[in-house]
Amino acid sequence: MTNDEIRGTVLRVLGQIAPEADLSQLNPTRRLRDQLDIDSMDLLNFVIALHKELHVEIPESDYPKLATLQSCVDYLAGLSGRP
Amino acid sequence: MAEFRMPQLGADMSAGKLLRWRKQPGDLVQRGDIIADVETDKADIEVEVFVTGVIEKFLVQPGEKLPVGTVMAFIREEGKPAAGEAPPVFPAAPAPAAVPSEIIAPAAAPAARAIAAAAPIERRLHISPVARKAAADLGIDPATVQGSGPAGRITLEDIQRAAQARAAQPPPEAAPDRQTRLRQVIAAAMARSKREIPHYYLSTTMDVSRALAWLAQGNLQRSVEDRLVYGVLLLKAVALALHEVPELNGFWREGRAAPSADVHIGVAISLRGGGLVAPALHHTDRQSLGELMKKFRDLVQRARAGSLRSSELSDPTFTVTSLGEQGVESVFGIIYPPQVAIAGFGKIVERPWSAEGQIVSRPLLTATLSGDHRVSDGHRGGLFLAAVERLLQEPEKL
Repeated sequence: MTNDEIRGTVLRVLGQIAPEADLSQLNPTRRLRDQLDIDSMDLLNFVIALHKELHVEIPESDYPKLATLQSCVDYLAGLSGRP
Repeated sequence: MAEFRMPQLGADMSAGKLLRWRKQPGDLVQRGDIIADVETDKADIEVEVFVTGVIEKFLVQPGEKLPVGTVMAFIREEGKPAAGEAPPVFPAAPAPAAVPSEIIAPAAAPAARAIAAAAPIERRLHISPVARKAAADLGIDPATVQGSGPAGRITLEDIQRAAQARAAQPPPEAAPDRQTRLRQVIAAAMARSKREIPHYYLSTTMDVSRALAWLAQGNLQRSVEDRLVYGVLLLKAVALALHEVPELNGFWREGRAAPSADVHIGVAISLRGGGLVAPALHHTDRQSLGELMKKFRDLVQRARAGSLRSSELSDPTFTVTSLGEQGVESVFGIIYPPQVAIAGFGKIVERPWSAEGQIVSRPLLTATLSGDHRVSDGHRGGLFLAAVERLLQEPEKL
């Protein structure tokens, strides 16, 4: 899976969690929590959805790596072995 | 025959609009089945039925706004004759009169008008044929016009005057949108709470290192879908602590305390776009943390998707609110009437803490209680917070 495909998946999942958000305006280096008003339940749903879509296990200790859109894509690309 | 009535889904609801029936006359319904969708000022609600039987007749149609307590359908209960005394299907709804008139009045008036319009009015009109035709052409209801002719006969001039008067009136104000109505009902409930309930406020700071370590360790073993969030520990600890101070779990009704035998924690959930709801996690005290987590997750998703059930809004016996994720260190909630207490949790902060004679860095949580002084005193409230703290020190027993 390419980084663009990962990014597309992440944005689609975020769209389910925050359907009112205009994701085209998302700043990739700003915290998702601040931009989308995400709480811990949203974060858990995000991780579960990524697990289902990308078949990746994300331990709780790695949650900080999902802080921004960019860090999220980088982290997931690393998990799937593709830089 | 049982009556299915417009339920009161919280003290701040005076009327609801039927959106759709989920069943048809002749259908068999089981207790707990969802029979209708109702729009309230807070959310669209799936309304459950509380008897088992066959739907005999619908009395109202989708689109109608109805005061709380309005009979909406008849249900023939299993093993009972079609005729006879009709107990309400939604007995939990208290009389609307229990709600202050300023809350009822704005919302109830249109509903009352709708009912009045639906009832046939038998009144012989004294009106000339030309005036009748003009009324039809101009869209004027002659029944609303005062006649100035002989013996009160309605004349063409009367109709024309009525049409001019209507044209001179400002256009009807647009109905407030959902967000505005949501703020209005929250305003009404909170203003009522502050006006009627003598709140007292307590606060304590607790070391939650054991609870967090236990949670992190347990989540390592759990699948992604079974992981627990920290808030579930708080909910269970609160539910169990209420067993020790049961007067905090219940209501103030008709001038006296009415403790509840069941513990249904109402969880304050912020809605996207603003506002909040506090639906119940039923029997919070009796469920394992895993069960509670599944139900909590489902409840949050449904609250934000606008598909809560009626019992979830009418049943909370105590409310928990948390603003920790917004960076708030302590929150003192406003009691949601007719409940008598609310607990608040803030952000977990890493701070110096004295433990076993040493200054150490520990994750600390500030827990608060707002209590109704008519029902409990600060001493009992303090025992409740102490129980919450004690329970969180042994998370494996939750």
